[in-house]
Amino acid sequence: MVKPIQENELVNREYKYGFVTDIEVEPFPKGLSEKVIKMISEKKSEPDFMLEWRLKAYRHWKTLKEPKWPNFKYGPIDYQAISYYSAPKKKTNLKSLDEVDKELLNTFERLGIPLTEQKRLTGVAVDAVFDSVSVGTTHQGELAKAGVIFCSMSEAISHHPELIKKYLGSVVPHSDNFFAALNSAVFSDGSFCYIPKGVRCPLELSTYFRINAADSGQFERTLIIAEDDSYVSYLEGCTAPSRDQNQLHAAVVELVAMNNAEIKYSTVQNWYSGDKNGNGGIYNFVTKRGKCIGTNSKISWTQVEAGAAITWKYPSVILQGDNSVGKFYSVALTNNRMQADTGTKMIHIGKNTKSTIVSKGISTDYSNNNYRGLVKIMPTAHGARNFSQCDSMLVGNNCSANTFPYIEVKNSSAVLEHEASTSKISAEQMFYLRSRGLDLEGAVSLIINGFCKEVFKELPLEFSVEAIKLLEMKLEGSVG
Amino acid sequence: MLEIKDLYASIHESPILNGINLKINSGEVHAIMGPNGSGKSTLSKVIAGHPDYSVTQGVIEYEVNFKKINLLELEPEERAREGIFLAFQYPVEIPGVSSSVFLRAAFNEICKHQGAEEMDPLEFDEYLRKKMKLLDMDEKFINRPVNVDFSGGEKKRNEILQMAILNPRFAVLDETDSGLDIDSMRIVADGVNKLKSKKNAILLITHYQRLLNYIVPDFVHILVNGKIVKSAGKELALKVEEKGYDWLS
Repeated sequence: MVKPIQENELVNREYKYGFVTDIEVEPFPKGLSEKVIKMISEKKSEPDFMLEWRLKAYRHWKTLKEPKWPNFKYGPIDYQAISYYSAPKKKTNLKSLDEVDKELLNTFERLGIPLTEQKRLTGVAVDAVFDSVSVGTTHQGELAKAGVIFCSMSEAISHHPELIKKYLGSVVPHSDNFFAALNSAVFSDGSFCYIPKGVRCPLELSTYFRINAADSGQFERTLIIAEDDSYVSYLEGCTAPSRDQNQLHAAVVELVAMNNAEIKYSTVQNWYSGDKNGNGGIYNFVTKRGKCIGTNSKISWTQVEAGAAITWKYPSVILQGDNSVGKFYSVALTNNRMQADTGTKMIHIGKNTKSTIVSKGISTDYSNNNYRGLVKIMPTAHGARNFSQCDSMLVGNNCSANTFPYIEVKNSSAVLEHEASTSKISAEQMFYLRSRGLDLEGAVSLIINGFCKEVFKELPLEFSVEAIKLLEMKLEGSVG
Repeated sequence: MLEIKDLYASIHESPILNGINLKINSGEVHAIMGPNGSGKSTLSKVIAGHPDYSVTQGVIEYEVNFKKINLLELEPEERAREGIFLAFQYPVEIPGVSSSVFLRAAFNEICKHQGAEEMDPLEFDEYLRKKMKLLDMDEKFINRPVNVDFSGGEKKRNEILQMAILNPRFAVLDETDSGLDIDSMRIVADGVNKLKSKKNAILLITHYQRLLNYIVPDFVHILVNGKIVKSAGKELALKVEEKGYDWLS
């Protein structure tokens, strides 16, 4: 059952999603080996090609070392101390979402994501992922009418193997990096979206990721394919219980956009970030990349990163099609002892490709917030353009903010602009606003809204309201 | 309306105000003059509730709905909502926050507290434009971030615009004349004069007599070493202009 909120949870108002759902699970033994990977694949009744794919990734992973270049300090991760699969026991053959375990439905409802037929959100289709598995996807019928496939990755592997064979790993190959290799070996679920030619997806699609089990990691994979002339807007949210131990989350997201297709991908990340002294929290090592294969295609990443003890992610766009457009809008907030090393990569290959980068970093308390970005203009990218803006805001005297912009230009017709600024919320600003009748909270919210407005306006409306509230809650107590 | 009684205040443990007594009634304009470092700005900040200053003794009685409250017990925002306003000597820049968004947020907070109807963005825009005319301000101002890249004169004008919008009962103008050329000063002074009424009161803090030609005070007080050493009518300002402050201390 879902435990009632304890008094001490109320004191720690910063994180209201820290509860644990008490549910019977089928746990895997801790540790990673070919045997464990076979067990995962078997558990999911996967076709042979998937097992081969996983094992290849695993063998490659064993040759890799964890990257040491991010600007982080953390103890070693023991990959043999993690359980790579944890799923709630479920009844077989559910006919509708209403038959899903009550505790799971309650959990998601408490997270603000009602799944049942009567209560579900209108206008948004949700895939709910709990630990290692998807527990259900709403609005599937409505989407199917439009020809849109939106389902869990496991379902996609069994029902659409031809699409999986063609696209899985086509943007982020298993050899890409340490965490992508690990994910390729052990990923357990995630979301799959396919938007056919000429279809404008009638609903917002979204996936909600919830880590619940202790000692287990979450390794999910998302794949979105937008065929010619199609459009989709997708949003993901994430939370986890407050625990003293660190937990690993290593996800991979791949986007594929064909001619004139547009994918908008938004993230509101609110993993548990540890306590004031830096104990506990999620280690969030994520590889996200989109490929604009078609001409005039567009991919935009919008992220609000407000949680996780460590955030390592660089949602990127490969601008292969001529005239394709890549965008990255980011707000990264760190408080307490959080560490973030996040940014983007824009790889210009096609002619007249354009990219925009707007990054807003807010650091408070003893946290460490880094922007790291690469703009690469290949010799073929005639007339490529990039605009980058990286702003940092410091609250208090003990936090730090760094910017690491990398630029590689191999075509002289390219035009790149880079702007950067660092500012501080000062006591004088707070007094000025308060002397006009705004309370502490109102004053902070006004400043933060002003600082982040270019990013917030890229989010779907209801999520932008939620994102603003989330930042305000996190900043409460840090300012003043 | 407001009475300061035996007020002592210090910053970082060094005493600045040493026993101020001052009574201000509705409809009155008072001016405080004094040499550098006499405590003029400290007085204005203590009235507004700046957290860096600690009051070691005394009260500031303020009449709200026929009841006297001690202003010193309120947070700065509560004072503002009760009708206290400080026009800053050095207005603060708030990057990224547009002037209209800021002003509407402040205006609505005060409305909410006083039980008046809040304004939506369209209504407020109309109200704001009307007040801007009063101070001869450029339209572009509306969407510019608060005080960012404003000239010294624009910042001071912006303070008085805020006063016009928030419509305080008791306004302290801290050296609003400094940094203004003669034309801007005339515009600002005209604006203040139009805002003056029987129901509100104004405390002008200034170095120079110049401003007092345009906003004529009912009383002039001379502050030296954190104490009011002399109070009289407006003619006192002229005398100070002529003789300096030395003869008073």
